[in-house]
Amino acid sequence: MSTQENGDASEPIAKVSIIVSKGSLEGIYPGLIMANGARMEGIEANLFFTFFGLDAISRAKHEHVKVATVGNPGLHLSTWAGGIPGVSAFVTHKLAEEMEKLDIPPIPEFVEMIAESGAGLYACKASVDLFGLDKEDFVDEVTDVITVGEFYGLAAGGQIIFT
Amino acid sequence: MSTMTYAGTAVEVDAEGFMIDPSQWNEDVAAAIAAEAGIGELSDRHLQVVHFMRDRYLESGTAPSIRTLGKASGVPIKELYELFPKGPAKLAAKIAGIPKPRGCI
Repeated sequence: MSTQENGDASEPIAKVSIIVSKGSLEGIYPGLIMANGARMEGIEANLFFTFFGLDAISRAKHEHVKVATVGNPGLHLSTWAGGIPGVSAFVTHKLAEEMEKLDIPPIPEFVEMIAESGAGLYACKASVDLFGLDKEDFVDEVTDVITVGEFYGLAAGGQIIFT
Repeated sequence: MSTMTYAGTAVEVDAEGFMIDPSQWNEDVAAAIAAEAGIGELSDRHLQVVHFMRDRYLESGTAPSIRTLGKASGVPIKELYELFPKGPAKLAAKIAGIPKPRGCI
């Protein structure tokens, strides 16, 4: 392997920029946990929400994010069963209970916590335009709506993680 | 495991400098660990967090999460990061003389 500029194992990670692109519960939490975990280690962190990942910061939707029970082989639930009305809500509710026991906050509280920890929260302009949204549709913690180019500018000098 | 001397008190620490036996701790030890970690002098707010962490650990056997710290210590999350910029939960645990927190949140 050749030497990578950002890959030196002796160099601690100083900055991460995490992209959240999915709108299911299991699509959103990993990025939030990684961003919060980065701040806990004193690592600078930015979150960039794109496509359905915008639901995590949407005033209207952030309290209603659900586990995908159809087309999710990890649940080991047959597709027809996952599609029955109420199943997704039930699985989401059970998971939320387990998460509470582990002190993992619900998405709205988690987003607030991460913002308070000093991480930057950004919405992807292309997705915001595509869905006909604007900054008012997002929670107050969102720093700005930015382009991909601006995201790369923010991410400069750190690691980018896509989820 | 090794032995460190803080403010004249010998304490057992792990490889990362977290104390193994919380009973060896006192506020002078805390001040010395804080100075070594680059925190400088401990304010009343620092000590409020440190005592909260210790009390919770001694009560429950685990260090509180950052969420619990923010909700119950009386110091909000934003201020926690101002007091302990390099990571509030870990640094406060180190200064509080308790083992390294193992939680992800």
